[in-house]
Amino acid sequence: MTALGGTVVELAADLRARRVSSVELTRQALDAIEALDPTLNAFISIEPEHALAAARHADSLLAKGEGGPLTGIPIAHKDILMTAGMRTTCASRMLGEFVAPYDAHVVGALRRAGTVLVGKTNMDEFAMGSSSESSHFGPVCNPWDATRVPGGSSGGSAAAVAARIVAAATGTDTGGSIRQPASLTGITGLKPTYGLCSRYGLVAFASSLDHPGPFAQTAEDCGLLLNVMAGHDPRDATSIDRPREDYTLRLREPRGAKPLSGVRIGLPKEYFGAGSDPEVMASIHRALDQLRSLGATVVDVSLPNVKLAVPVYYVIAPAEASSNLARFDGVRYGHRAANYRDLNDMYCRTRAEGFGDEVKRRILVGTYVLSHGYYDAYYLKAQQVRRLIAEDFARAWRDCGVIAGPTSPTTAFPIGEKSDDPVQMYLNDIFTVAANLTGGPALSIPCGVDGAGLPVGLQLQGDHFSESRLLDIAHRYQQATEWHRRMPPVCAKSTTSSERPREAVR
Amino acid sequence: MSLSESDIHRLAYLARIEIDDGAIEAVRDKLQGILGMIDELKAVDTTGVVPMAHAQDVAAPLREDRVTEPDEHAAFQSVAPAVERGLYLVPKVIE
Repeated sequence: MTALGGTVVELAADLRARRVSSVELTRQALDAIEALDPTLNAFISIEPEHALAAARHADSLLAKGEGGPLTGIPIAHKDILMTAGMRTTCASRMLGEFVAPYDAHVVGALRRAGTVLVGKTNMDEFAMGSSSESSHFGPVCNPWDATRVPGGSSGGSAAAVAARIVAAATGTDTGGSIRQPASLTGITGLKPTYGLCSRYGLVAFASSLDHPGPFAQTAEDCGLLLNVMAGHDPRDATSIDRPREDYTLRLREPRGAKPLSGVRIGLPKEYFGAGSDPEVMASIHRALDQLRSLGATVVDVSLPNVKLAVPVYYVIAPAEASSNLARFDGVRYGHRAANYRDLNDMYCRTRAEGFGDEVKRRILVGTYVLSHGYYDAYYLKAQQVRRLIAEDFARAWRDCGVIAGPTSPTTAFPIGEKSDDPVQMYLNDIFTVAANLTGGPALSIPCGVDGAGLPVGLQLQGDHFSESRLLDIAHRYQQATEWHRRMPPVCAKSTTSSERPREAVR
Repeated sequence: MSLSESDIHRLAYLARIEIDDGAIEAVRDKLQGILGMIDELKAVDTTGVVPMAHAQDVAAPLREDRVTEPDEHAAFQSVAPAVERGLYLVPKVIE
């Protein structure tokens, strides 16, 4: 019997060989939630009976030799993705009791691929945050140090994978909300190209910036999830229609000692200036040395306008949020205030009661930048600077195939440390938001730890639709290093012996 | 750009979010901090730059004008706070 902690690839092999059943893996995941979630608070909803029913169905397929690479694999979904018949709260009082009437596209696709949904994960309210502290259901704790944040907004999904409760989970990334939690919890997270994964059923925060994507322990696992999550969906008007790819194909090419020969890695000088934690940068530089030893060439590039990415983002995202969250008015679904004088008062009290402070703040900022007299100076201006940033990246792709740097300027910070100062919190996104503005794919992989043993993430960004190349580079790095195998002290352990020795390092 | 209390009242009304009088100053203060950060954009020369609303350069996709979806009115309305005869109930609008 396999120890929980295997990758998707390893668990799938065990399932196919019938060394373990999906029901056993699902029970282990549910037991792990019971044991660890009082500490982590990574989950908002679990549905054990439905999960076990799905696991039994997966086992019946596996017994007949049917099913695919994800059949029988327990998974968790961020609670911003609609899951039919299950509560979908966006970690907000506004949707605290809301039961989704349909599956999000990526949820449905992963169900049809045979994954077993064990629960919905905790997050920053309506995906607005970088720490998973603003949830109506309480903050998520980092499995590496429960006094620290796991990052956000997809902190629950990241914590669940880091703690080995599940081998895979979904997140969404609007300003870094997959990559930054992956970095702070020592796992792999991918934001695909905008439009590659359908946003149907993803409760909208900022429609031009939202991206669903996978979390797992490895790039290879992320590729398997992406294979299922990607694809044209006519129900999403921004879904790209292009031929399907197998994102794991390139990873299986045998390449010898220098698998990254010919790869040019660009280092933007703007990502390597002062301001990041020196211990973070030390790990990044060691990772770059490792990539060089695998055959890659490292070149300097410049993204002169990328320092404006945070202000651009904090104009555009709140503006789009103010529009998207206007639907929460107590009329058709969600929270409705109990007392009100008239319709307008019902709206105002419903929204005052239903939304937390950060959500209200962003709606107000968005309302401001779109309002009469300010639209040109802020919103239009931000869209122009967005174009300048996109043009910087387009120029950089002439000199390199991938851009590298830290995912986050720091490792995991203490819960409560930044929650009083919104601007301080927003600066966590300094390296991640550009890829949301341009739409280009980006991932974070673990590449080291700081002096306290807290994980450091390396971010790799590529041109549109270069996921295959990014995953390949990450995969080759992971084949030559062990950072992605490290498990935190708060971690799911099997009660039976493992065939694969695992280290819990601290 | 300096925000006044009346600016906050105006924004709260536009956003249909009630803010208690006691909380107005704290909201104003935090918003002012955020505006200070985004005001950096004012100094950027964007003469002649075409605004970028979107990562893709595509138009809204069209489809045939045919009815393809089943009527799921009842299912979608089952989560509503107050309904009657298939209609959503809301309080009177006082003119």
